[in-house]
Amino acid sequence: MIHAIAFYLFATLVIASAALVILARNPVHSVLWLILAFFNAAGLMVLVGAEFIAMLLVIVYVGAVAVLFLFVVMMLDIDFAELRAGFVRNFPLGLLIALVLLAELVLGIGAYKAGAIALGTADGAAAPLIGHSNIESIGALLYSRYLFLFESAGIILLVAMVGAIVLTHRERRDTRTQNVAKQVSRRPDEATVNVKPEIGKGVQL
Amino acid sequence: MIGVEHYVVVSSILFVLGVLGIFLNRKNVIVILMAIELILLAVNLNLVAFSAFLGDLVGQVFAMFVLTVAAGEAAIGLAILVIYFRGRGTIAVDDVNRMKG
Repeated sequence: MIHAIAFYLFATLVIASAALVILARNPVHSVLWLILAFFNAAGLMVLVGAEFIAMLLVIVYVGAVAVLFLFVVMMLDIDFAELRAGFVRNFPLGLLIALVLLAELVLGIGAYKAGAIALGTADGAAAPLIGHSNIESIGALLYSRYLFLFESAGIILLVAMVGAIVLTHRERRDTRTQNVAKQVSRRPDEATVNVKPEIGKGVQL
Repeated sequence: MIGVEHYVVVSSILFVLGVLGIFLNRKNVIVILMAIELILLAVNLNLVAFSAFLGDLVGQVFAMFVLTVAAGEAAIGLAILVIYFRGRGTIAVDDVNRMKG
């Protein structure tokens, strides 16, 4: 009973906040609704016992991606009223496509519920470990069968990081930066000079 | 009792809302990126629900990879957005034609 109540609460909130993400006038509000949607989706995942993915969703999305969105929205000086100009004009087409897509999905779910589509059964090779928590089972699977995929996920993140830095980095003209090569190639004999000034003649600089 | 169908219905609605968001905010690329995040969230919810109800953890492992790619996509997309804004002073993307060659 409490399970069903929690499910319907999270499901309602995730759908409502997703609708507000795409309908909010101000993109800052959209980002905040997106954060609420992710929290509720994490709640839905906790309900089926996938705690690790739920916590990952909160950490990665709310902690990193949503903050990145907020940062970009607030950093750029954008006239959002102008960007919403085509909103009403695009509404009928968008709604039509959404309804067609929804009808297709309803057909698919209806076919599944009518028994026309049989879900495969798991072969048991990746079954959750008995007596262990969700994260232990996932860790055992991730570091054995899916080790190379795990490493490639790391490489994807590395490439994304390098790409984002290379794209947004710019040389600034008005700053003085250190020229390491010039400093290293400097020798004592060209940096200092020995003079024997004569008395009463002054020195030449 | 809550079954896998309930989760599939929720994630279908979420997916459709994401697609609708792309069509409604055709000019505002920030909201388009957020709508893509919603679509990926719907896919993740589906993967996790099927994984839990079938007793097979591969779905959750795969959801983690989807999460990785989504994070990378958001970072690269926002970086492209920032340099696009620097060059043009706007983020209206319905007339992007700089890359025509």
